Amino acid sequence: MLNKYPLWKNLLIVFVVLLAAVYSAPNLYPDDPAVQVSHESQDINEFELGTITDALRAADVDYFGDTLEGRSALVRFHNLEDQLRGKTVIEQTLGAGYFTALNLAPTTPGWLQAINAGKMSLGLDLQGGVHFLMEVDMDAALQRRMENNVSTIRQLLRSERIRSRALSLESANLIVARFDDESARSQARALVRDNFADLQPVNREQDGSYILELSLSEADILQLQRDTIAANKTTILNRVDSLGVAEPVVQQQGASRIVVELPGVQDTAQAKRILQRIATLQFHLEAQPGSPSTSYTTYEYQGQLIDVSNDVILQGDRVSNVRSALDQQGLPQVVINLDAQGGEQFSRVTRDNIGKLMDIVLSETKTRSTFEPGDNGEMVEHQETYEEKRLISHAVIRAALGREFVITGLSTTEANELSLLIRSGALAAPMYFVEERTLGPSLGAENIKQGTQAVYLGFGLVLIFMVFYYRLFGLLANIALAVNVLLLIAIMSIISATLTLPGIFGIVLIVGMAVDANVLIFTRIREELSNGLSPQGAIKAGFDNAFSTIVDANLTTLLVGIVLFSIGTGPVKGFAVTLMIGIATSMFTAILVTRALVNLVYGGRNVKELSIGKFA
Amino acid sequence: MAILGKQIDFMKHAKLFGFVSITAVLISIGSLVFNSLQFGLDFTAGTLVEVGYSQPVAISEVSEKLRAGGYEDAQAVAFGSDQDVLIRLPVDDSVTEEEMAGTLVSLGNDILAALSQGSSAQLTLNRLEFVGPRVGEELAESGGMGLLVALGIVMIYVAVRFQSKFAVAAVIALFHDVIITLGIFSITGMEFDLTVLAALLAIIGYSINDTIVVFDRIRENFRVMRKGTPYELINLSLSQTLSRTIITAGTTQLVVCAMLFMGGESIQGFATALTLGIVIGTYSSIYIASSLLLYLKVTKEDLMVPVREGAQDSMP
Repeated sequence: MLNKYPLWKNLLIVFVVLLAAVYSAPNLYPDDPAVQVSHESQDINEFELGTITDALRAADVDYFGDTLEGRSALVRFHNLEDQLRGKTVIEQTLGAGYFTALNLAPTTPGWLQAINAGKMSLGLDLQGGVHFLMEVDMDAALQRRMENNVSTIRQLLRSERIRSRALSLESANLIVARFDDESARSQARALVRDNFADLQPVNREQDGSYILELSLSEADILQLQRDTIAANKTTILNRVDSLGVAEPVVQQQGASRIVVELPGVQDTAQAKRILQRIATLQFHLEAQPGSPSTSYTTYEYQGQLIDVSNDVILQGDRVSNVRSALDQQGLPQVVINLDAQGGEQFSRVTRDNIGKLMDIVLSETKTRSTFEPGDNGEMVEHQETYEEKRLISHAVIRAALGREFVITGLSTTEANELSLLIRSGALAAPMYFVEERTLGPSLGAENIKQGTQAVYLGFGLVLIFMVFYYRLFGLLANIALAVNVLLLIAIMSIISATLTLPGIFGIVLIVGMAVDANVLIFTRIREELSNGLSPQGAIKAGFDNAFSTIVDANLTTLLVGIVLFSIGTGPVKGFAVTLMIGIATSMFTAILVTRALVNLVYGGRNVKELSIGKFA
Repeated sequence: MAILGKQIDFMKHAKLFGFVSITAVLISIGSLVFNSLQFGLDFTAGTLVEVGYSQPVAISEVSEKLRAGGYEDAQAVAFGSDQDVLIRLPVDDSVTEEEMAGTLVSLGNDILAALSQGSSAQLTLNRLEFVGPRVGEELAESGGMGLLVALGIVMIYVAVRFQSKFAVAAVIALFHDVIITLGIFSITGMEFDLTVLAALLAIIGYSINDTIVVFDRIRENFRVMRKGTPYELINLSLSQTLSRTIITAGTTQLVVCAMLFMGGESIQGFATALTLGIVIGTYSSIYIASSLLLYLKVTKEDLMVPVREGAQDSMP
């Protein structure tokens, strides 16, 4: 029969629509304003939660649903005002080391959570928060790797008894070794080839000395950059976790940058202090007595002055894991794991230096705030950055150390502290901020209000126009359009896309453009009717003839969307995602859903006239 | 059906509108060269502070207080209402990127302190943004690249699906749309930021969509119709698609105008660019893309590809 869909096609459409309805449902449950409390090193326990709720009751702040979730505690509030007051109360109650963050706690029913249905997260422009763009100092990463290589080569040359006149790092990517004769150089070259697959050797002669130049290839430098940024990203993720933010975004952007977005956070100073704890770790040997004063640095450690050799025996980025634990006798110790190369390198060095002292130096770039009275009598915060280098461990090497070794002779607190310090120092390269944006929560609320108003108005106008112009067909197109928006929201919720202001307008634009497919079909149907086709024939011809046009037109727009997505950052990407999903869903609804509805109304019976408006 | 159906002689005015378009493009390029664009913070780098007042405030008063507070280079403008003020600070060359970002929070507080000096209004810091110079530069580069890549991909797609003359016509029409929209931003001095760049790419998407619908009809008519010169067939195709062109432009314009008037200040540039772009894109599908086909002497032979259209397009 003409214009009837087989049952399976109708059922498929109903199934897709139902699925979309279920997965977009979580967006109907608004989040509760909440405060999340965490501690920088330990889990929050029942007792601490009790302290918090007692303080809130004492301060007369309404709260509910206080729970322990993972490492942190969560307290919900009825409104944003209580949330802010609650946060202040909690901050004043708890001492240093705790982090309190404004948060949004989901209220989605359990069965929806069970099928992994979540809601779209709101972008910073819609809920306020801070956005940082951090640049990883790749030059420093390269320099550090090469310094590490110089030290290892020096060790190797010494143990193989190859005499070199000089060995140094000339520039970030150039090690120069000078030898008195050719055979020493070729021995050294073979040695380097066996131990460092990534160093490219070049021979050169100058002023009677035989020079061996070593550098990393472009490909190896790229690999180093990839590893570095991955390490930095992981470290930032850990630090952001300690801030207890609901949906933090930590993403790589380009080759050397990391985007950090902390929704709901308003205290940028605190966030930056945590993110900026840029720390690097280096293992050294104690300087030999009588070494030239340029070859060591003096540090203070537990009241003593200690000379530490400048040669690095191991870089912090070789550390793969650190933890504090108790040994068989119940004494505290710090267990350090190294990666394969680090372990090999470390065992080689420590084997030759049993009985000597090993030092761990941590350098941290810190920001400190000072408060001074401002012009109007208020205290004004000033910030400055400074580098702090300190010796965090000074211990005797008892045996040749491998991939796992322990530092003993510490108190429990010292062990905890040391493992924390080493962990924070295992970051591969320093970072600095190149972009920072703070958006107040009131601005976000305003954006949501205006955005939804514009969506409702635009959507309403289009619906009215379609019914006015295409009558019953317009109404069917409107149902399809509603399904389209439902699908769009469902897919965005499933991939947990971030809804930004441009994203909302992407939806608006899709609504405007989505009717295009229906308009194409309907004008074609009208045309076929005026060409004298029967109503049923016109419906079929209209849908069929418009199909290739719709596909061509939408595919080109989709291509533009892909370009937009691949070059765009932040808000532009959000817009592109909405655009691409919208094109896909609108093709589905305009072609399949509208057709199914039209078939349902007109299909399989004798029709004299179509309610599609007057045709010219 | 009548041999060529009812039609409007669009192409009669092809020369006139061609002249209008060339003039508009030249004026736009001239303005882009001499006036450039009023780039937003995303591209120029610098610091931006948005302050909300509890009561209306005069911009002159804000500027005066900023000068008194030692911010001679700061520019203040009203943002949406008379209670919101946007303050822009250029990049200070003596301060490095790192230092700049490090002191941003205190800078925001300092400005707030300077503004609240002797003012009874409650002030809130709504937004604080800093973009380093290198980030801005790279963004401008990748944005320009994005436009070119988008145009290139569209050109290849149209060349494959249609024919090379169609590809050339479509891409020239897109260039026309982009340049005139940019030209209007340049002449009026409206701010060009990241969202406007996104709008520009959306315009390319919309305009190519519109052009393809027209091209599709031209292709169909060139293949199906036994009679008719290219001039007549193009007129016929444009007439047949005219009602769709107007309705789609209309519905899209409805929602874009809703954005423009209700969407708030931060979306103004985006909505303005789209409003302009839809008008220009619709116009260019007819008078640039289609006229160019005629000018490039498109023939029926160009489209005589033995594609089994019927078999391929009989969905759904």
